[in-house]
Amino acid sequence: MTALVQRYGGALTGIIIALTAFWLLAMVILPNLILLEFSFRPYIPVDQMGGPNDHYTLANYATFFTSPIHLQIFGLTVFYSSVVTLICLVLAYPLAYFLAKVSTPRNAGTWFLLLLIPLWVSEVLRSFAWSIILAYQGPLNAALHGLGLIDKGIRWRTGFNGVLIGLVYTYVLFMVFPIYNAIQSLDTNQIEAAQDLGAPLWRIHWRVVIPHAKPGIGSGCIMVFMLSAGSILVPSILGSTTSRWFTEIIQQWFFESVDWNTGSAYAFLLLVLCTVFVSLMMRMLNVRLVDIAR
Amino acid sequence: MSEDVQLSHVCVDFGAFRAVDDVDLTIRAGEFFSFLGPSGCGKTTILRMISGFIEPTSGEIKIGGQNMRGIGPNKRPTALIFQNLALFPLMTVWENIAFGLEVRGVSKDKRKARAEELLRVVDLVGSGDKRISQLSGGQKQRVAIARALAVEPKVMLLDEPLSALDLKLRQHMRSELRAIQKRTDVTFVYITHDQGEALAMSDRVAVMSAGVLQQVGTPADIYNQPANGFVASFVGENNRVPGKVVGLENGMARFHTPAGLFLARLGPGIQVGSTAKLYVRPENARLTDAVEGDNNVPLRISEVAFEGSFINIHGHDAGGHAHIVQMRNDRDASVPAVGDQRGLTFSPEHAVVLADAGARP
Ligand SMILES: Nc1ncnc2c1ncn2[C@@H]1O[C@H](COP(=O)(O)OP(=O)(O)OP(=O)(O)O)[C@@H](O)[C@H]1O
Ligand SMILES: [Mg+2]
Repeated sequence: MTALVQRYGGALTGIIIALTAFWLLAMVILPNLILLEFSFRPYIPVDQMGGPNDHYTLANYATFFTSPIHLQIFGLTVFYSSVVTLICLVLAYPLAYFLAKVSTPRNAGTWFLLLLIPLWVSEVLRSFAWSIILAYQGPLNAALHGLGLIDKGIRWRTGFNGVLIGLVYTYVLFMVFPIYNAIQSLDTNQIEAAQDLGAPLWRIHWRVVIPHAKPGIGSGCIMVFMLSAGSILVPSILGSTTSRWFTEIIQQWFFESVDWNTGSAYAFLLLVLCTVFVSLMMRMLNVRLVDIAR
Repeated sequence: MSEDVQLSHVCVDFGAFRAVDDVDLTIRAGEFFSFLGPSGCGKTTILRMISGFIEPTSGEIKIGGQNMRGIGPNKRPTALIFQNLALFPLMTVWENIAFGLEVRGVSKDKRKARAEELLRVVDLVGSGDKRISQLSGGQKQRVAIARALAVEPKVMLLDEPLSALDLKLRQHMRSELRAIQKRTDVTFVYITHDQGEALAMSDRVAVMSAGVLQQVGTPADIYNQPANGFVASFVGENNRVPGKVVGLENGMARFHTPAGLFLARLGPGIQVGSTAKLYVRPENARLTDAVEGDNNVPLRISEVAFEGSFINIHGHDAGGHAHIVQMRNDRDASVPAVGDQRGLTFSPEHAVVLADAGARP
């Protein structure tokens, strides 16, 4: 605080703090509090508002727990978000290791640029692009067919497959960067020491690199999981008739039923239940939050 | 238990830069062998080559007679102790020590027992369950040694392992390392830029400069019979006087310099007519009250440095060259004062005329 004042002077420090506080209060905390309040109110016609029926209730939350379909969709969302997280981890770890320890720093810069270029295109466009690529008559099947790898086209978008592919593609970089950072801070001599003591590649990773990268792996997994579970764009563009994502239910409450109260309750349930799930996983994998914030 | 290491005409290039240039030597089984040289002369490169992290650009390396080309670091009978030790901070002390055994599939009970044994060897009994971060510098050092010993290497490679320690501990660890080497009878290849360390610990020393081997010999050889000017100045102190060999006298060189004519031993490769330098160690030089006779340089005293058991007298000759004379701190030594005019003298056997060398042949 005093350091800030010394650096920027009293006036500028005041402005910075005020803006930060405004952003936190007005843009983050307040809207959430309003929605939280909504979620405990009944969904009633406008003319009854303020009347005897307008009292706090848990009915909106009860709706969720008494609806087997919604419970199932929630379970599937958590399950498939975990699958997305796992696939991202499997893809990102070798890539992050390569960038951090195998490629030279100069080449790593080029690799990062290539990885980031897709982010210049909006997520909507990229999701639509995937829906074209994955179409039955689309370029992917055509290419595989042309290479003689398949005889007849593959239906890529059955069930949750389209959503999985889209989410992995969209969020894999959120896994790469934290793991890259973690691995990069590992002293290369430790890898060489393990090798010198006779360790084969897998054991070097299992005993030296992965334990060191655990905080990065943890934060990457949390990010990818939360982003996937909370994604609305990818599931609605790349989903199939049989894939329902929990966010789509929330959206239905808000925009099709125009029932903001139940919608808010569902949104908070998503937040709370995902947080509980993540905490449980962290407990199970023995990762602590302080490690991740490191 | 130990093996010899043979380097035959080994070169290492990093792009256009030659880091190791035609190094050819044999490290004998069971010996304590040091590479000594200034920073950047290629010592670490040689060590990484023996341990298998770098392949030589040309030439070959044999350990126990077996050619090592194409054999990875995890398959060689060597163990490397890194300049920064590279202990595994997320494992306990005993897990660190037993890592090499874990790799070899030894059961946990046996690993733990062996780690205990090795902790005794390095005098750290009872520290097995500590974390690496709880150890002092010297203790980390010992854990690194124990970890390397655990895999029973035929050749132990040490990259300036004592450089991070303070002076007292460094001296203690020197004798400790030496004792461990004698006890285990493993070939030790030791790297240092500290000449005192190399001379005190080694059976033989190789002096390097800019990737080129300058001299290989026992510490006494290196100190008393330096092969060239680089070795003479890098190992120990030396007074230098540039000049030219003008003739021979009873097998001694008559050496002409701006400060006068001297008699000195002929170094390797020096002939009549060679321009070279004359080297005299400070402890072999004496001060005289008057300047007279052979091998005597007039000296103006510029500094008297009291070093404890001895006194270093610094001065300049008529040509402006700096010289040092080392006197024992005897009660009856007559110590000159700054500004005094004295003579610097030495016996011809204690002086040697050497070529600069240091550069590539
Ligand atoms: N991977 C590399 N690529 C390019 N040049 C290198 C590489 N490794 C070492 N060098 C160069 O080779 C020379 C020798 O390096 P080396 O590490 O062997 O020196 P050293 O004798 O161990 O020095 P120090 O005492 O400082 O550790 C140095 O000039 C260094 O810059
Ligand atoms: Mg080095």
